[in-house]
Amino acid sequence: MLNLLWILLGGYVAGILLPLCLPRQPNAHIITATVPAIAATSAGVVLGLLGLTSSEPVTGSLASTIPLLTFAIRIDPLAAFFVLTISVAGLAASIYAIGYLQHFDGRASIPMLGSLFNGFLLSMTLVVLADNGFFFLMVWELMSLLSYFLVVSEHEKAAVRYAGLFYLIMTHVGTVFIILTFLIFFQAGGSFAFDTFRHPEQPLPESMKTIAFLMALVGFGTKAGIVPLHVWLPYAHPAAPSHISALMSGVMIKTAIYALIRVYFDFLGGQFPWWWGFVILVIGAVSALLGVMYALMEHDLKSLLAYHSVENIGIILLGIGAGMIFQTYGLKEFAALGLLAALYHTINHAAFKALLFLGAGSLLYATHTRNMEEYGGLLRRMPWTGACFLIGSVSIVALPPTNGFVSEWLVFQSLFLSFHIPDTFLKLMLPLAAAILALTGALALACFAKAFGISFLALPRSTHARHAREAPIPMRIGMALLATVCVALGLGPMVVVPLLDRVVAPFTGVSIENQVLALDGWALATVDVEFSSLSPPVLALLLGGLAVLGLGIVAAFGGFVKRRYYKTWGCGINLTPRMEYTATGFVQPIKRVFSSIYQPTVKLETEFLQESQYFAKRRRFEFHVEPVFQKYLYDPVLAFVAALAGRLRVIQAGSLHLYLTYIFVTLIVLLLFAV
Amino acid sequence: MLDAFLLIVMQTVVLLATAPLMVGLIRKVKARLQCRRGASVVQPYADLIKLFRKQPVVSSTTSWIFTATPYILFASTLAAGLLVPVFISRTPLSFAGNIIALVYLLAVGTFFLMLAGLDAGSAFGGMGSSREAIVASLTEPAMMLSIFAIALTAGSTNLSTIVHKTALLEGIMTDPSPHLMAFAALVIVAIAETGRVPVDNPATHLELTMIHEAMILEYSGRYLALVEWAAGLKLLVFLTLIANVFAPWGIATSMESAALGVGLAAYLVKVSGLAVLIGILESMFAKLRLFRVTDLLGAAFILALLGLVFFYVLRG
Repeated sequence: MLNLLWILLGGYVAGILLPLCLPRQPNAHIITATVPAIAATSAGVVLGLLGLTSSEPVTGSLASTIPLLTFAIRIDPLAAFFVLTISVAGLAASIYAIGYLQHFDGRASIPMLGSLFNGFLLSMTLVVLADNGFFFLMVWELMSLLSYFLVVSEHEKAAVRYAGLFYLIMTHVGTVFIILTFLIFFQAGGSFAFDTFRHPEQPLPESMKTIAFLMALVGFGTKAGIVPLHVWLPYAHPAAPSHISALMSGVMIKTAIYALIRVYFDFLGGQFPWWWGFVILVIGAVSALLGVMYALMEHDLKSLLAYHSVENIGIILLGIGAGMIFQTYGLKEFAALGLLAALYHTINHAAFKALLFLGAGSLLYATHTRNMEEYGGLLRRMPWTGACFLIGSVSIVALPPTNGFVSEWLVFQSLFLSFHIPDTFLKLMLPLAAAILALTGALALACFAKAFGISFLALPRSTHARHAREAPIPMRIGMALLATVCVALGLGPMVVVPLLDRVVAPFTGVSIENQVLALDGWALATVDVEFSSLSPPVLALLLGGLAVLGLGIVAAFGGFVKRRYYKTWGCGINLTPRMEYTATGFVQPIKRVFSSIYQPTVKLETEFLQESQYFAKRRRFEFHVEPVFQKYLYDPVLAFVAALAGRLRVIQAGSLHLYLTYIFVTLIVLLLFAV
Repeated sequence: MLDAFLLIVMQTVVLLATAPLMVGLIRKVKARLQCRRGASVVQPYADLIKLFRKQPVVSSTTSWIFTATPYILFASTLAAGLLVPVFISRTPLSFAGNIIALVYLLAVGTFFLMLAGLDAGSAFGGMGSSREAIVASLTEPAMMLSIFAIALTAGSTNLSTIVHKTALLEGIMTDPSPHLMAFAALVIVAIAETGRVPVDNPATHLELTMIHEAMILEYSGRYLALVEWAAGLKLLVFLTLIANVFAPWGIATSMESAALGVGLAAYLVKVSGLAVLIGILESMFAKLRLFRVTDLLGAAFILALLGLVFFYVLRG
């Protein structure tokens, strides 16, 4: 296994260095940036699978001259699972990049982009492998910085620079909280090794545990994009080149999920008061619902997908929260189920979200815009991209028998088991969370009916869309790979569940593989088959069989009468793209029903003809959704910081003598404390 | 194995054969209540056969989504029907998916119909899809909570187990109030999901009031036949669900042919009774404005939630 690790590290390092060393030769740059990444991610896939199946965690370390820092890594099932997730998405993105980077030629430095891309993948892999707090923080910071550079790779645009700055500040605020979390553990154990975090010499007092819980939640929550710390996400993720967006939205935010599980279930020993789980559950429900609601109002395809990441992180947290609550009450099997559901959704989301972002990248490539209102009719012009995007869409909206459905079903199931909890309040709250998840699911359905329907169906809405061409072959392969992964994860839960069970079992102390896999692995069951069961392969067969039955019925009753093509009925007028329903129009009823959340401002200016008040010469319609969190949460904080900074400017006089006085006074004060 | 296969085939045939009858029955009841004689209850069968034989006209702006949707809709709705116990409580395919899978299978059809509505490019289809989106979104939480209340009283989310236990009265109905509230909520949900008055009007072709009819406006010939049949099936699935979950009287609990016969007869009587009830309800109410539907579905949500609260309070 360590050999594979060397291949992985070597591949990424080669991918970082080679593009920068070669002379200016675009094609060579693309090859040197992508081929090592493909090799490294392939090694990562194998490494992840081996790590998931091996019985003992593999460790390795290199000492360093810096005190407290060792470059220690540990491949346990949890780490292996995330390496697998990162590598699968990374592999698809690397293949996709071969085609995508050609399109990028001239606008950004390809060698730099390729080098950063490899570095970003490497840092994410090391984050989940790190076995030392100091090392973890280093690679975490590296991951944040490299992703920042990738976000601003089109830095000539002002919006991109703003997104980058916003992201940089938010991620560093988060990092501060992570450092504080680790310092709490360090204080108890005297070392940054994760093993001392797990088994400190004197156990942490309850109050410190609570502080660690909250610090980790804020610190990692910022990266995960939980509401209300999500505001940077819809700016930063879309600003990056699409294959990077795919990695940021599909994988990078999952490193935070990894860290949360690591801290709560591993370091804190899986012992929590009930309200910890409840807090996670509430954050999950709120993130899921608000994520999808804001996604509905987005007409920039990539921003829409970014908001859906907030939603899906919420769904993952619902599973983790339910698991934590069950853990509190000693219901270990159910705790394992909740956690398993969350992890299943994690890899599913990585697959379909990366796929959708790659699809969005292909649309951007073909039409040069991210605005959905300028798409339309693309399924006929880009059949491959369209089919892949459709698979991603049905997966993300959890239609059976796709992978999204399987994991969401497991989340629902773990919420339904709440009647075993001996607490009436929680008994009522978990079903409410299930109801919110149902609402989220239905809104996601509406959102992707909009995203796919407006982008790919009907008539092209702009010249760009009319002249769109299918994406180049490497881009198609990248998308097809992820589409295959989505389908496989949906139809093969009997393979996925035992692997996930190995991840979860060390944290809950029970293996639920035999319980969840019923009927020789053909069905999933929670508790037992009598309570609930689901068989994705049988459902797939059934749907296929019944569709054939439909064809048979058509053949039997009327035969396949040759169909006639004719223009759409437009009340006697020839149909033009301007008559089509727009994305804005599509979500108007939802905007109106949930206006208390959106607080929309609508401006309609009409200029009438002089002769009559009944005929408008021109109309101007504007509508905005109130950015509630920015206005009421972030703006006051920013204003406060700015005001404070203004006051502090007084002490910056620019005089050297004054600064020397400051240093002298500080020294005196410190010496006083030392005595 | 053979028995199970035969049962699946039987259930498919019963569902397919009964669905148009329910549509005809509701139309007949409405006609009688309006003092009209109305068309025969078997008229929908004749309509279907006519449509299958007609030449379909397909809009030239559409993609393959438009022609594939009727088959996907038909298959997913029928698959949902096969998960519900119809005349025997232990329906063979029940293991393939529980009540949540049923809800999401029906969502497959909704999703593709919304896409098909957008595909033709006319404003009618888009309008229908957009309205369907909001109705479906508001229905879902109420449906999930009422399902939860039912699952609690039966101690299972598997439809077969729920029906089987209720039929044998195992530990159920000690306090009927949660059940009744979930029942009321689910009836409202069924009305909204199947596009009946007061949420939608299946008889309308006025653009101000259409939801489902607007989405399928461009369909004709065999495609329309499949879509109409699937709409009837969806109605039947909800009727079956309500009939057998809340009143599984007469349903066969064993494989004997006599029991199966009784089960089938009881099933037809029950769903026909519910269809008559829906016909009466449709005649009693006027269609609501789209933005008033929120209140109705909100009421369904509250009812289901109350059912849940009652369950926990009564059980202590």
